[in-house]
Amino acid sequence: MLRAVSVPSLVAVAAGGAIGALARYGLTVAFPAAPGEFDLATFIANTVGGLLIGVLMITVTEVAPGLSGIRPFVGVGILGGFTTFSTYIVDIGRAANVGATALAVVYAFATMAAALLAAAVGMYGTRRLLVRGRS
Amino acid sequence: MTLLLIAAGAAVGAPARFLTDLVVAHYAGRFLPWGTLVVNVFGSGLAVFLAVAVADPGWSALLVTGFCGALTTYSTLSYETLRLVEDGRWHHALWNVAANLAGGLGAGLAGFGLAHLITG
Repeated sequence: MLRAVSVPSLVAVAAGGAIGALARYGLTVAFPAAPGEFDLATFIANTVGGLLIGVLMITVTEVAPGLSGIRPFVGVGILGGFTTFSTYIVDIGRAANVGATALAVVYAFATMAAALLAAAVGMYGTRRLLVRGRS
Repeated sequence: MTLLLIAAGAAVGAPARFLTDLVVAHYAGRFLPWGTLVVNVFGSGLAVFLAVAVADPGWSALLVTGFCGALTTYSTLSYETLRLVEDGRWHHALWNVAANLAGGLGAGLAGFGLAHLITG
Protein backbone atom coordinates (compact mmCIF):
# COMPACT_ATOMS: atom_id res chain seq x y z
CA MET A 1 0.00 0.00 0.00
CA LEU A 2 2.96 2.30 0.55
CA ARG A 3 4.62 1.42 -2.74
CA ALA A 4 2.35 3.97 -4.42
CA VAL A 5 3.82 6.77 -2.28
CA SER A 6 6.29 8.82 -4.30
CA VAL A 7 9.43 10.22 -2.75
CA PRO A 8 8.73 13.74 -4.10
CA SER A 9 5.31 13.78 -2.39
CA LEU A 10 6.90 12.71 0.91
CA VAL A 11 9.50 15.45 0.56
CA ALA A 12 6.72 17.95 -0.21
CA VAL A 13 4.79 16.87 2.92
CA ALA A 14 7.95 17.12 5.06
CA ALA A 15 8.91 20.57 3.73
CA GLY A 16 5.34 21.86 4.03
CA GLY A 17 5.06 20.45 7.55
CA ALA A 18 8.24 22.28 8.61
CA ILE A 19 6.99 25.57 7.13
CA GLY A 20 3.58 25.20 8.78
CA ALA A 21 5.08 24.31 12.18
CA LEU A 22 7.43 27.33 12.04
CA ALA A 23 4.48 29.61 11.27
CA ARG A 24 2.62 28.11 14.25
CA TYR A 25 5.69 28.71 16.46
CA GLY A 26 5.77 32.32 15.20
CA LEU A 27 2.21 32.76 16.49
CA THR A 28 3.17 31.39 19.93
CA VAL A 29 6.02 33.92 20.09
CA ALA A 30 3.64 36.75 19.10
CA PHE A 31 0.88 35.62 21.51
CA PRO A 32 2.52 33.83 24.47
CA ALA A 33 0.20 32.13 26.97
CA ALA A 34 1.00 30.73 30.40
CA PRO A 35 -0.81 27.60 31.71
CA GLY A 36 -4.23 28.79 32.86
CA GLU A 37 -4.40 31.45 30.14
CA PHE A 38 -6.30 31.15 26.85
CA ASP A 39 -3.76 29.96 24.22
CA LEU A 40 -4.69 32.46 21.52
CA ALA A 41 -1.81 31.42 19.23
CA THR A 42 -2.93 27.80 18.92
CA PHE A 43 -6.58 28.90 18.70
CA ILE A 44 -5.69 31.19 15.77
CA ALA A 45 -3.57 28.50 14.04
CA ASN A 46 -6.36 25.92 14.27
CA THR A 47 -9.05 28.36 13.15
CA VAL A 48 -7.11 29.94 10.26
CA GLY A 49 -5.90 26.46 9.25
CA GLY A 50 -9.55 25.34 9.13
CA LEU A 51 -10.51 28.26 6.89
CA LEU A 52 -7.59 27.59 4.53
CA ILE A 53 -8.16 23.81 4.30
CA GLY A 54 -11.78 24.57 3.31
CA VAL A 55 -10.61 26.93 0.55
CA LEU A 56 -7.91 24.48 -0.60
CA MET A 57 -10.06 21.35 -0.70
CA ILE A 58 -12.92 22.95 -2.62
CA THR A 59 -10.36 24.48 -5.00
CA VAL A 60 -8.61 21.18 -5.77
CA THR A 61 -11.76 19.04 -5.87
CA GLU A 62 -14.34 21.31 -7.50
CA VAL A 63 -12.74 24.45 -8.97
CA ALA A 64 -9.46 23.29 -10.45
CA PRO A 65 -8.84 19.51 -10.19
CA GLY A 66 -5.66 20.09 -12.23
CA LEU A 67 -4.19 21.73 -9.12
CA SER A 68 -4.62 18.60 -6.96
CA GLY A 69 -0.84 18.09 -7.12
CA ILE A 70 -0.38 20.93 -4.58
CA ARG A 71 -2.37 19.04 -1.96
CA PRO A 72 0.55 17.09 -0.38
CA PHE A 73 2.64 20.27 0.00
CA VAL A 74 -0.06 22.79 0.94
CA GLY A 75 -2.78 20.66 2.57
CA VAL A 76 -1.06 17.68 4.22
CA GLY A 77 2.20 19.59 4.75
CA ILE A 78 1.73 23.31 5.47
CA LEU A 79 -1.80 23.26 6.90
CA GLY A 80 -1.26 19.94 8.68
CA GLY A 81 1.93 21.30 10.26
CA PHE A 82 0.36 24.68 11.02
CA THR A 83 -2.63 23.25 12.87
CA THR A 84 -2.19 20.93 15.81
CA PHE A 85 -4.38 18.67 17.88
CA SER A 86 -1.70 17.66 20.39
CA THR A 87 -1.01 21.23 21.61
CA TYR A 88 -4.79 21.70 21.89
CA ILE A 89 -4.97 18.67 24.22
CA VAL A 90 -1.85 19.78 26.17
CA ASP A 91 -3.47 23.23 26.60
CA ILE A 92 -6.70 21.72 27.95
CA GLY A 93 -4.72 19.51 30.32
CA ARG A 94 -2.54 22.41 31.53
CA ALA A 95 -5.60 24.56 32.25
CA ALA A 96 -7.29 21.71 34.14
CA ASN A 97 -4.05 20.98 36.01
CA VAL A 98 -3.81 24.53 37.41
CA GLY A 99 -7.46 24.43 38.43
CA ALA A 100 -8.79 26.58 35.56
CA THR A 101 -11.53 24.08 34.71
CA ALA A 102 -13.87 26.66 33.15
CA LEU A 103 -11.08 27.86 30.86
CA ALA A 104 -10.30 24.26 29.85
CA VAL A 105 -13.93 23.66 28.86
CA VAL A 106 -14.35 27.04 27.12
CA TYR A 107 -11.07 26.62 25.19
CA ALA A 108 -11.94 23.06 24.16
CA PHE A 109 -15.36 23.95 22.76
CA ALA A 110 -14.43 27.41 21.40
CA THR A 111 -11.59 25.90 19.34
CA MET A 112 -13.77 23.07 18.05
CA ALA A 113 -16.61 25.45 17.10
CA ALA A 114 -14.36 28.11 15.54
CA ALA A 115 -12.31 25.59 13.52
CA LEU A 116 -15.41 23.86 12.14
CA LEU A 117 -17.13 27.18 11.38
CA ALA A 118 -14.00 28.54 9.68
CA ALA A 119 -13.67 25.40 7.54
CA ALA A 120 -17.36 25.70 6.57
CA VAL A 121 -16.85 29.37 5.64
CA GLY A 122 -13.80 28.41 3.57
CA MET A 123 -15.67 25.65 1.75
CA TYR A 124 -18.93 27.46 1.07
CA GLY A 125 -17.23 30.80 0.42
CA THR A 126 -14.96 29.22 -2.19
CA ARG A 127 -17.92 27.46 -3.80
CA ARG A 128 -19.93 30.68 -3.94
CA LEU A 129 -17.09 32.77 -5.33
CA LEU A 130 -15.46 30.32 -7.72
CA VAL A 131 -17.72 27.38 -8.53
CA ARG A 132 -21.00 29.23 -9.11
CA GLY A 133 -19.18 32.21 -10.60
CA ARG A 134 -17.93 30.05 -13.46
CA SER A 135 -21.27 28.56 -14.46
CA MET B 1 18.45 26.68 16.97
CA THR B 2 14.88 26.39 18.24
CA LEU B 3 13.60 27.05 14.71
CA LEU B 4 15.80 24.31 13.27
CA LEU B 5 14.63 21.79 15.90
CA ILE B 6 10.95 22.58 15.30
CA ALA B 7 11.41 22.31 11.52
CA ALA B 8 13.27 19.00 11.90
CA GLY B 9 10.59 17.53 14.18
CA ALA B 10 7.80 18.66 11.88
CA ALA B 11 9.62 17.35 8.79
CA VAL B 12 9.32 13.88 10.36
CA GLY B 13 5.90 14.33 12.01
CA ALA B 14 4.01 15.47 8.90
CA PRO B 15 5.13 12.56 6.64
CA ALA B 16 4.48 10.18 9.57
CA ARG B 17 0.86 11.43 9.63
CA PHE B 18 0.61 11.08 5.85
CA LEU B 19 1.88 7.47 5.91
CA THR B 20 -0.14 6.47 8.99
CA ASP B 21 -3.30 7.71 7.27
CA LEU B 22 -2.53 5.55 4.20
CA VAL B 23 -1.79 2.45 6.28
CA VAL B 24 -4.87 2.87 8.51
CA ALA B 25 -7.13 3.55 5.50
CA HIS B 26 -5.76 0.42 3.82
CA TYR B 27 -7.03 -1.73 6.70
CA ALA B 28 -10.01 0.26 8.02
CA GLY B 29 -11.24 1.86 4.78
CA ARG B 30 -12.29 5.48 4.32
CA PHE B 31 -15.93 5.27 5.43
CA LEU B 32 -14.84 6.94 8.67
CA PRO B 33 -11.62 9.03 9.03
CA TRP B 34 -9.76 6.56 11.29
CA GLY B 35 -6.31 7.71 10.16
CA THR B 36 -6.70 11.22 11.58
CA LEU B 37 -8.17 9.79 14.78
CA VAL B 38 -5.16 7.49 15.23
CA VAL B 39 -2.52 10.24 14.77
CA ASN B 40 -4.46 12.73 16.93
CA VAL B 41 -4.98 10.30 19.81
CA PHE B 42 -1.44 8.89 19.70
CA GLY B 43 0.14 12.34 19.17
CA SER B 44 -1.84 13.86 22.06
CA GLY B 45 -0.82 11.12 24.47
CA LEU B 46 2.82 11.39 23.44
CA ALA B 47 2.78 15.22 23.63
CA VAL B 48 1.37 15.27 27.18
CA PHE B 49 3.84 12.56 28.25
CA LEU B 50 6.76 14.56 26.81
CA ALA B 51 5.47 17.90 28.13
CA VAL B 52 5.61 16.45 31.65
CA ALA B 53 8.68 14.21 31.33
CA VAL B 54 10.99 16.40 29.22
CA ALA B 55 12.22 19.66 30.74
CA ASP B 56 14.88 20.57 28.17
CA PRO B 57 13.59 23.33 25.81
CA GLY B 58 15.53 21.91 22.86
CA TRP B 59 14.05 18.41 23.11
CA SER B 60 10.66 19.98 23.74
CA ALA B 61 10.93 22.09 20.54
CA LEU B 62 11.98 19.05 18.50
CA LEU B 63 9.52 16.50 19.89
CA VAL B 64 6.50 18.39 21.27
CA THR B 65 6.20 21.54 19.11
CA GLY B 66 7.75 20.00 16.00
CA PHE B 67 7.06 16.27 15.84
CA CYS B 68 3.80 15.93 17.82
CA GLY B 69 2.51 19.29 16.54
CA ALA B 70 2.89 18.21 12.92
CA LEU B 71 1.95 14.55 13.51
CA THR B 72 -1.46 15.72 14.74
CA THR B 73 -3.82 17.96 12.77
CA TYR B 74 -6.84 20.12 13.36
CA SER B 75 -7.36 21.22 9.74
CA THR B 76 -7.92 17.69 8.43
CA LEU B 77 -10.14 16.89 11.42
CA SER B 78 -12.30 19.95 10.62
CA TYR B 79 -12.48 19.18 6.90
CA GLU B 80 -13.26 15.47 7.31
CA THR B 81 -15.97 16.30 9.87
CA LEU B 82 -17.60 18.77 7.47
CA ARG B 83 -17.47 16.22 4.65
CA LEU B 84 -19.47 13.87 6.86
CA VAL B 85 -21.97 16.70 7.52
CA GLU B 86 -22.23 17.38 3.77
CA ASP B 87 -22.98 13.71 3.16
CA GLY B 88 -25.86 14.05 5.64
CA ARG B 89 -24.04 11.80 8.13
CA TRP B 90 -24.60 13.99 11.20
CA HIS B 91 -24.14 11.12 13.63
CA HIS B 92 -20.79 10.19 12.14
CA ALA B 93 -19.68 13.85 12.16
CA LEU B 94 -20.58 14.14 15.83
CA TRP B 95 -18.91 10.78 16.53
CA ASN B 96 -15.74 12.00 14.78
CA VAL B 97 -15.47 15.18 16.87
CA ALA B 98 -16.31 13.34 20.10
CA ALA B 99 -13.92 10.44 19.37
CA ASN B 100 -11.00 12.81 18.68
CA LEU B 101 -11.71 14.91 21.77
CA ALA B 102 -12.37 11.98 24.14
CA GLY B 103 -9.56 9.90 22.63
CA GLY B 104 -7.10 12.79 22.80
CA LEU B 105 -8.01 13.61 26.40
CA GLY B 106 -7.91 9.94 27.43
CA ALA B 107 -4.50 9.45 25.81
CA GLY B 108 -3.33 12.71 27.40
CA LEU B 109 -4.41 11.49 30.81
CA ALA B 110 -2.55 8.21 30.23
CA GLY B 111 0.56 10.12 29.12
CA PHE B 112 0.30 12.35 32.21
CA GLY B 113 0.04 9.34 34.52
CA LEU B 114 2.88 7.49 32.82
CA ALA B 115 5.18 10.53 32.92
CA HIS B 116 4.57 10.98 36.65
CA LEU B 117 5.12 7.27 37.24
CA ILE B 118 8.48 7.42 35.48
CA THR B 119 9.74 10.77 36.76
CA GLY B 120 8.29 10.22 40.23
